[in-house]
Amino acid sequence: MENALKVKDLCAWFGDHQVLKNIAMDIRRNSVTSVMGPSGCGKSTFIRCLNRMHDLTPGFRVSGDVIFDGRNIYSDKIDPVLLRRKVGMVFQQPNPFPRMTAYENVAVGLKFNGRKRSRSEIADAVEKSLKMAALWEELKDHLDRPGSSLSGGQQQRLCIARALAVEPEVLLMDEPCSALDPVSTAKIEELIEDLSDKYTIVVVTHNMQQAGRISDYVAFFLMGDLIEMDKAAKIFTNPSDKRTEEYITGRFG
Amino acid sequence: MKKHYREELGNLRETVLRMGGLIEQMTHRAIQALVERKIEMLAEVKAMEIQVNQLHIDIDEICLEMIALRQPTAADLRFIAAAMKINTDMERIGDQAINVTERAEFLLTVPPVKPLIDIPRMADIAKEMLRDALDAFVNGNDQLAYDAIKKDDLVDQLKDQVFRELLTYMMADPTTIPRALDLILVSRHLERIADHATNICEDVIFMVKGKDVRHQGPLA
Repeated sequence: MENALKVKDLCAWFGDHQVLKNIAMDIRRNSVTSVMGPSGCGKSTFIRCLNRMHDLTPGFRVSGDVIFDGRNIYSDKIDPVLLRRKVGMVFQQPNPFPRMTAYENVAVGLKFNGRKRSRSEIADAVEKSLKMAALWEELKDHLDRPGSSLSGGQQQRLCIARALAVEPEVLLMDEPCSALDPVSTAKIEELIEDLSDKYTIVVVTHNMQQAGRISDYVAFFLMGDLIEMDKAAKIFTNPSDKRTEEYITGRFG
Repeated sequence: MKKHYREELGNLRETVLRMGGLIEQMTHRAIQALVERKIEMLAEVKAMEIQVNQLHIDIDEICLEMIALRQPTAADLRFIAAAMKINTDMERIGDQAINVTERAEFLLTVPPVKPLIDIPRMADIAKEMLRDALDAFVNGNDQLAYDAIKKDDLVDQLKDQVFRELLTYMMADPTTIPRALDLILVSRHLERIADHATNICEDVIFMVKGKDVRHQGPLA
């Protein structure tokens, strides 16, 4: 299978503190890759590097390559706004735009991004995105409700729909379920599995059970190093590195 | 990419069923070859064992992965635990069917001691128990499992009957001893198949009811 992203020798620093050390990782297209590890291991920093979310962070510095669509995303010729349309992100806390309706939340990306679309084109795209985010049935008669009035799980699916509306190739998710109840979590997890038919998904989680449930591949980070990356079944039944074994069996972390 | 949990459970159920179908067929063919004196049929049984052995490995792998990746609980956990245990019993049934073919390889090269009557009856009951056990597993039907367990006594009785009858043949004519002994072993293999089917039923009852009915003497 082809790679959607290829990370080569990626290092990152906040000031003098190095948080990522020579990370090399191939992220397979149309698969779910989970990044797990104890707090402070660099997992969130890592996925934020994949769509240049740190560009404006004071003191942040990065070296190495992240190859997407055949080009290094850190080259001067890359427009980070265009990049983030192709490599979308969903955050830990659902963050719908508070003054917008559910409909507008999904449509907004289309209005600000790319070519001009007719009203019906936008309506179709909103419906399609909400369907993909498994929210359409619940929401189709309430599209004019404020996005912030939905339940937490619905808000998170709304954010996923918003990210999907601009037709990304890669979806980055930073702890997408840690603010949600178990039922909403199960819905998002199922959604992630479904979306991986069409999208490449990278999920940061410190919930290793969740990593086991949703992932095709799992990467284990520790203190800025990528310790091990393998198929989820391998990581959770017979990991190669002793540190991975100790982490997933709860010996430390 | 990744299959849903429910699909994985369904896939496990189907894989167990596929293996169950094969061992039932192995038992059936091994006895048929012996009764109808068709030595060429034995090769078929051996070919099926290769598939059974592969499924034995596959099922354990599926179960282990599901436990590691899906953290099954309650009914799902009991289902997966049952599948792992049933897997072992099924593989042993396949081995017993192979044992029958090994006895048959000798028996089909020599004249029959007597017409076979009780052995095919034992085989029919053992296959029925096995089929019921697997149906009970697939449908979560504990009553069917209870009923199947009761048939084990019949198989045991038939085994004793086969033994007593062949003993008289051996006493009357010692030249029948090698053949009679092999027939006694065949009845022993069938009795073991019924025992494994009983184990499967017990695992099914635990799966459905969460109640352990092993080692408690006759079931009410």
